[in-house]
Amino acid sequence: MSTELRASNLSFGYRSHGLWRRGRAVTALEEASLSVAAGESTGLVGSSGSGKSTLVRTLLALEKPATGTVEIDGRPVRPGSASSLRWYRRLVQYVPQNPAGSLDPRMTVHELLLEPLKQLHVRGDHRSMVRQALERVDLEPGHLGRRPRDLSGGQNQRVAIARALVTSPRILLADEPVSGLDLPLRNTVLTVLDRLVRRDGLGLLFVSHDLAAVAQLCTRTMVLSAGRIVEQGVTSEVLARPRHSSTRELVASVPRLPASGGTR
Amino acid sequence: MTSALLVRDLTVSFRGSVLVDGVAFGIAAGERVALLGASGSGKSLTASALLGQLPAGMRVEGSMRVSGRDAPLGGQGRAGAGDFAAVYQDPATALNPMVRLGRQLTIPLRKAGLSASAARDKAAVLLISVGITDPGRVLSGYSGELSGGQLQRVCIALALACRSTVLIADEPTTALDVISQAKVLDVLMQGSGTANSMLFITHDLAVAAALCTRALVMHSGRIVEQGPMDRLLAEPEHSYTRQLVGAAHAGANAFALEAGA
Repeated sequence: MSTELRASNLSFGYRSHGLWRRGRAVTALEEASLSVAAGESTGLVGSSGSGKSTLVRTLLALEKPATGTVEIDGRPVRPGSASSLRWYRRLVQYVPQNPAGSLDPRMTVHELLLEPLKQLHVRGDHRSMVRQALERVDLEPGHLGRRPRDLSGGQNQRVAIARALVTSPRILLADEPVSGLDLPLRNTVLTVLDRLVRRDGLGLLFVSHDLAAVAQLCTRTMVLSAGRIVEQGVTSEVLARPRHSSTRELVASVPRLPASGGTR
Repeated sequence: MTSALLVRDLTVSFRGSVLVDGVAFGIAAGERVALLGASGSGKSLTASALLGQLPAGMRVEGSMRVSGRDAPLGGQGRAGAGDFAAVYQDPATALNPMVRLGRQLTIPLRKAGLSASAARDKAAVLLISVGITDPGRVLSGYSGELSGGQLQRVCIALALACRSTVLIADEPTTALDVISQAKVLDVLMQGSGTANSMLFITHDLAVAAALCTRALVMHSGRIVEQGPMDRLLAEPEHSYTRQLVGAAHAGANAFALEAGA
């Protein structure tokens, strides 16, 4: 069965906290609608403060939108208790930006991967689920006994992805998963994500302000600006013929390598 | 021509393990040089050693000359006034959140001998030069009221206010989105054109190539390759440089292919 996560007309606002002054009202999302389908990789791009992270938090049912709905295969999803959302957490998982901050430094990789299985009451052979998740991100069984500080940034990010994969979700929401990584490490993580979509048929929402990474990975791209999805379409269309001014600004800001031997 | 900065045999060690190993390089006056390398390669330690900001317990050896004069290195005391200014990755922690930005920006200007009002005017001019359109509001405000990209530009204005010989920028755009990054790179390009030489530390080759004419590549504490940026991009020699250039091209090619650029 092909899974589809769908958000319709999401709006969300909050009041910012000024240090001395009264905060102002901020519209973080305005009438945002999107869908993430299994087997598809969608890039969500936008500058800082455009609402990317709020959108992801709302999709994860961590924030309650002022208006609009989130549903998966027609079943509505709303913020609620951990137990009422277990079914959803098994289907839709999250990959954070900063694995160093999101992985408990005291736990071994094995313990880190077992945790979601326990939390989400997944039945079955946990040992083999952990091994499979590890294989899918190109890590070895030998890594199971290590702790985050013994691993590189790229390896830790793959542990974070394995942790998201261990419950066999259908959709991954990845919030800037490569922006803290060195270039060569970034490519190892992009390779893993690409294979999860193409070979294993996962749906991926890849949140990034790195248009080069989005171009490498995503077939579709959405552009968020001031809480609105101002443009969306096939990645090559969006990048080659940006219609909205925010998209044009993003595309123009990508640092280009001077033409040289390696360019096609 | 005198080099703005000349570093010889810089070695940093901690409890017997060598973290920076015999690093040597020079930066000419007005030159922008990139220091490239993976996390943990020793880039930031090199910068800290130059700035005299190494964590306690680190051992430093080697020598350094700034504008032709011998300058203290690492643990041997702080660099002389006017030798270095620095811009770091996280501008939010670089500025004091409780002190008005105007006051923070005028400190180095007052130190240079300007009167209070002249320093304030000069601070406004500096803010405009880094692309801040409403300097009055920024000067009377606090760091918490600005975005990351704006804050980083304030930090650069502060660094430029010091009129130092060498500006050391340690991953100044890593925490910024691509639009703010482009603005900050623009500002660094113009700011350094005036007098500063620059050591630009990054792991992002495309960003380095946009700004710098020459590059040093660090790997496991050593400089494994250095040369003009064009040559490095076209014919990388060391295996790490080749990896870096390959990865950068993979991204750039995908982007060029999709964007039809």
